Amino acid sequence: MPESIVVGLDGSESSGRAADAAADAARRHDLSLVLACVVPWSPYSFTTAEENERRSVEKARETAAAQERVLDPVIARLSEPGDLAVEGVVRHGHPAETLVALAREHDAAWITVGRVGQSRVRTLLFGSTPSSLIQLSPIPVLVVP
Amino acid sequence: MTSPSDSLLAATFDEQVDGFFAPISDVITTIVFFAVPLDFIDEGVELPLIVVWLVIAGLFFTIYLRGFQFRAFTHAIQLIRGRYDDPRDAGEVTHFQALATAVSGTVGLGNIAGVGVAITLGGPGATFWMIVAGLLGMCTKGVECTLGVKYRNVYPDGRVSGGPMYYLTKGLKEKSPRLGTFGKVLAVLFCIFTLGGAVGGGNMFQANQAFSQAQSVTGGADGPLGGGAAGAVFGLVLALAVGAVIIGGIRSIARVTDKLVPFMAIFYVLACLTVLFANAGQIPAAFGSIITEAFSPEAGYGGIVGVLIQGFRRAAFSNEAGLGSAAIAHSAVKTEHPATEGHVAVLEPFIDTVVICTMTALAIVITGTYLDDASDAGVQTTSAAFETVVSWFPIVLAVAVILFAYSTMLAWSYYGLKAATYLFGESMVVDRTWKLIFCLFVVIGASSTLDAVIGFSDSMIFLMSLPNIIGLYILARVVKREINGYRAQVESGEILPMADRT
Repeated sequence: MPESIVVGLDGSESSGRAADAAADAARRHDLSLVLACVVPWSPYSFTTAEENERRSVEKARETAAAQERVLDPVIARLSEPGDLAVEGVVRHGHPAETLVALAREHDAAWITVGRVGQSRVRTLLFGSTPSSLIQLSPIPVLVVP
Repeated sequence: MTSPSDSLLAATFDEQVDGFFAPISDVITTIVFFAVPLDFIDEGVELPLIVVWLVIAGLFFTIYLRGFQFRAFTHAIQLIRGRYDDPRDAGEVTHFQALATAVSGTVGLGNIAGVGVAITLGGPGATFWMIVAGLLGMCTKGVECTLGVKYRNVYPDGRVSGGPMYYLTKGLKEKSPRLGTFGKVLAVLFCIFTLGGAVGGGNMFQANQAFSQAQSVTGGADGPLGGGAAGAVFGLVLALAVGAVIIGGIRSIARVTDKLVPFMAIFYVLACLTVLFANAGQIPAAFGSIITEAFSPEAGYGGIVGVLIQGFRRAAFSNEAGLGSAAIAHSAVKTEHPATEGHVAVLEPFIDTVVICTMTALAIVITGTYLDDASDAGVQTTSAAFETVVSWFPIVLAVAVILFAYSTMLAWSYYGLKAATYLFGESMVVDRTWKLIFCLFVVIGASSTLDAVIGFSDSMIFLMSLPNIIGLYILARVVKREINGYRAQVESGEILPMADRT
């Protein structure tokens, strides 16, 4: 039996609504909630020597910022009633791939993400996390507008 | 329109810079390239001891580590593909990134201009020795970078950096407390020579050759860049572009060039391949002359030793193996086993010398432009080779040259900075002073004549190998233990690829 719902958070309004929707569902199905914030990062990007020197420091800073600004407010809001197990995770990587990996690790029933309000041109050029998630995920994906 | 007095004034500026610089460079060059005359082989053949020093180091480690560079190859590729990376370490510096950073620092004008010089002075046979030197250099690089990671420095604020100055001090002290002071002396010497190498080969040579190529594609001495002060003006623009990144902290420029350089490198190799395919019929003959002339060169190239020296010298200048610079670039990688970066680092001279330099060499040998005395030995030899096939290729080459020069300068400004802060401590004053001096030398480099610049930049860069390789010999056993220990763990299955871990 699946144990959790993984929610992808990026600090946007729609990802906040995704978290609310997932919280409702988690209560109803008696599942735990895994709130994930993925810092976009690629192991194959090109960096300068100076960036490499600071990378560990930067990673720690990015992780702390994601935890404080994105995860903590939502965790505080959702765990206030006290009837829900909420866990926050910050990871670096490709957003969709990392969400899929987290879903596997936490034995998720499905993945919930917010729809990103971006222009068609941008989506055409860079794709979007929800659409690549739909392509990659082995479990259902719920996209919240 | 410029009046005659203007251009006279301008001309004297460049000449003054040159006149001031040439004698200094001559003195340093004579000392560093102290050469044993080998008149019994052929008239005028000399053996520079510094080249012997580098080759012996490569040979020693190749034998001592039983051809490590060849055994390391497949595992190195698995490492850069991230097969052994723990996903929990995502967000840290990967093996791929460490290698890419180091390669973008080394792939520079040595690959284009240096090869042109080698073949003009040493004939086609120099290519063969260049490849041999590249293969030996792979081992030296692996050794340096293993040590660079093992003894790297973690600053109190969490930044990670390493390099010969750290393994010379920490490594030698660990080996024996009596070697502590000696290690310190070597580290200080290394840093002084790195400062010299950074302004020389990492800066002036690059600026000079970038200008030379820009001038020749815009119409030579009669073109817009043909005027007397053009070198200084070009240097000033380049210095501003370098300063914008290293002093102004405009990272976006560095990021753009970092992304462009790999594409430029691929494009460069494709351009060389185009030259080769256009002359496909002559490829066997070119290979033939590269091999036969490596051992029995035609008259005028100084016999086998003369050819060998040209090849080795240019290969060393291009891939920097044994100089210690790569140990600085590679050491920020995230790994628990220093030997992993040693494996990955062997790919650097492979890409730089065995692939890219050989491509340049083949293009030059096939088109025969090295025989032409009309163009200066250097970038223009390569440019002429490209021009024989597609008329606008020299323009592409000019863009590549300027980008390579620029990225190499940025890399060396970092190496120099690390040396400066090691010598004078971490402070804003040291940081800014070094970076300003570095930018000043861009201007000097662009306005100097080739001989003075090549001599100076070569000599300072090669001096780095003195303290560095002494340290490598002393720490040879440490490296062997690291590498063999790691390989044993991989072979016994103690270290598994991520996919096989449970």
